[in-house]
Amino acid sequence: MSVPILLPAIGEIFTQRSGILNLGLEGVILMGALGGFVGTYYSGSLWVGVMLAVAFGMLFSVIMAVLSVTIRANQVIAGLALTILGAGLSTFLFRIIFGIKKLPPSIEPFQAIKIPVLSEIPILGPVLFQHNILVYLTFVLVIVSAIVLEKTTFGLKVRAVGEHPQAADSKGINVYLIRYICVIIGGAFAGLGGAFLSIGYMNTFLDQMSAGRGFIAVAVVIFARWNPYRALGGAFVFGLASALQLRLQAVGVPIPHQFLLALPYILTILVLISVSKKAEFPKAFTLPYNRGER
Amino acid sequence: MTDIVVTLKNITKTFGTNVANENVTMNLKKGSIHGLLGENGAGKTTLMNILYGLYKPTTGEILLNDQRVDIDNPSKALNLGIGMVHQHFMLVRDFTVVENIVLGQETKKLRFLDLESAAKKIEDLCKKYKMKIDPYAKISQLSVGEQQRVEILSAIYSGANILILDEPTAVLTPQEVKELFQILRLMRDSGKSVIFITHKLEEILEIGDEISVLRDGKLVDTVKTKKTTKQQLTNMMVGRDVLFQFSKAEVKSDKITLKVEGLYCNNDKGLPALQGINLEIKNNEILGIAGVDGNGQKELCEILTGLRSTTDGRIWVCEQEMSDKTPKQFIQDGVAHIPEDRHKTGLVMNFSVMKNCILKEFDTGKFSKAGFLNFKAIRKAAEKIVKDYNVKTSSIEAKVRELSGGNQQKIILGREINCVPKVLIANQPTRGLDIGATEYVRQRLIKQKEQGVAVLLISADLEELIQISDRIAVIYEGKIMGILEREEIDIETIGLLMAGVKGGLVSEEDIAG
Repeated sequence: MSVPILLPAIGEIFTQRSGILNLGLEGVILMGALGGFVGTYYSGSLWVGVMLAVAFGMLFSVIMAVLSVTIRANQVIAGLALTILGAGLSTFLFRIIFGIKKLPPSIEPFQAIKIPVLSEIPILGPVLFQHNILVYLTFVLVIVSAIVLEKTTFGLKVRAVGEHPQAADSKGINVYLIRYICVIIGGAFAGLGGAFLSIGYMNTFLDQMSAGRGFIAVAVVIFARWNPYRALGGAFVFGLASALQLRLQAVGVPIPHQFLLALPYILTILVLISVSKKAEFPKAFTLPYNRGER
Repeated sequence: MTDIVVTLKNITKTFGTNVANENVTMNLKKGSIHGLLGENGAGKTTLMNILYGLYKPTTGEILLNDQRVDIDNPSKALNLGIGMVHQHFMLVRDFTVVENIVLGQETKKLRFLDLESAAKKIEDLCKKYKMKIDPYAKISQLSVGEQQRVEILSAIYSGANILILDEPTAVLTPQEVKELFQILRLMRDSGKSVIFITHKLEEILEIGDEISVLRDGKLVDTVKTKKTTKQQLTNMMVGRDVLFQFSKAEVKSDKITLKVEGLYCNNDKGLPALQGINLEIKNNEILGIAGVDGNGQKELCEILTGLRSTTDGRIWVCEQEMSDKTPKQFIQDGVAHIPEDRHKTGLVMNFSVMKNCILKEFDTGKFSKAGFLNFKAIRKAAEKIVKDYNVKTSSIEAKVRELSGGNQQKIILGREINCVPKVLIANQPTRGLDIGATEYVRQRLIKQKEQGVAVLLISADLEELIQISDRIAVIYEGKIMGILEREEIDIETIGLLMAGVKGGLVSEEDIAG
């Protein structure tokens, strides 16, 4: 349950580290979910679906990059617009492609892979080692992202652009290019997260199937203070809350189910209030860069 | 072969209708320090930004070793061996020294960072230029002087043979200036060329080999330092003779107007900013506060105008206790304030001149009645300020944004003085103003003092402090290091105190704090 939050969150870490807030993750995830399903449905290959999802995510996030970096629009408004556009466009395209049917079209999703030996460890085994391939891929991506951000020249440039774009520019770094790349990386990750929803977790595309995960991912990024490993922990907590509310509903606890449904979101708000004071945002966060203004 | 490394040839740069540089031609010699002198707004920084690739010249060309070059971005300049140390440092505060220096050295490829070998190279360079910098220290832990050295190191590290320094001494203590000059001389002796932008005459006469003077975007002349004088340079810079002489006639002070005792407060990050400040200012007196930026000056100002709350300590204005009062009460009790940043806190940039003139008194009976503004009175008051203070504006309806810095400052002066203050808190009142406006502001401050006002003058410009203060207190890390009486004032002592070195001169009240 954590993966569709974690993947967009990891991508958003790149985006935000470079100083851009992409609040449109929700829309990007939906486009990714659509891409994943369409790709798989027509090719019969889940991996083609994954690639199309990533491509959709990247293409869609280019809109955000143009708005925030080139046009220097207000990033909150641009992000919200992207969310609305993504929700509408994905539904619209789905209906155009598949029409309106009683039974939605479906595909055979990724199957869980049990890792031999490890999956037999009691308790831990089923929790960690009985998942589909996308889950394992996610863990690898967390580690790769952390290394890229902290240990490579590219990571250093990204952080410099987010902290002090003027300084980065004066050192010969192309601020605009780095920001474009980071927003598009964010789109790729969010698209992959969408694919997990439509072809990993479920077997079809549903309207609004991201259900606010894009926004929770943004919250996780802040909670994690822009560190991929902490994001892993954060996403796990939110995933747990979602799983918990499903379980509680199933058991039939005497709590109104509306409240249970709201649980992960309430948790988001509480966590944000408690950690946001400590979080040190990148200094140039949400500030457009313009060389002329100095 | 000539020994000229860079030629700027007939450079013109316009921003819209605004001409920043007009037909400037300048030669830089190998192994020399070239001063670029001019008032604020004369086009010095613009010219250097062109050489560094941040701006494109509208017309004209740059020759590097007699080859025509197109420098269209800073990375190209760096590749050609041109480095620049900006007035506002271009360092990422959360990064270490080595991270900052490595930034931008790397190619486009994704590579693992090799900080260790870079750090070693930095240490070697430090030795060569007699600097002491820990490559693994975070920038935020370094003093301003050290940060500047990091910038210089960074340029040398990337292979710069030509180094542009934009107003490098503005933020340094006199001792740090000496250290900087030593580094620059070492660079010159090793065959590098330095362009030193400044508006301070003494400095450029001390360090420069040649001096080019800009005025209104045009090159007035290039002269050899040995063959010129301060008077000649001033004349070239301003276009007329300026005499910075102010009457320092002692006016009798008989009562204490402003008194603070044991003042403590925190800065915006919650760290201690002021640690037990004791001060007294009498009427008819200007008390100067010297100190490197960021040692509590801003917080002191804010407390004395009611904008910041103290954690401990008391304030009196004319024997009336002011502790914990609101800014409005401070204004009503006669405290006027010329803030450090006129754009952020002094003026509403998008308001008209007229409205800015009455920002402090709009709700008094003078300018409003039952909540309605009395535009007739406002107009009259604004016209008076514009006339009395010689504000150059197209009309009182013009937006303040459209005025020059000097004229904006005059509006603030007029507004604050019109309130007939008992205490005037002036924080960097002449920062960013040209010589003419500076002269004017200083004269106004002296006039206020002569009329009985207690003036607190905070300034980064030591010459300014020495010229017009009656006494000078030096602040360092939120403490008053010493208060110098009129006859004790001397630049060396102030410099030592600014650096936190306690000299023999400590006034009695400070011992208690």
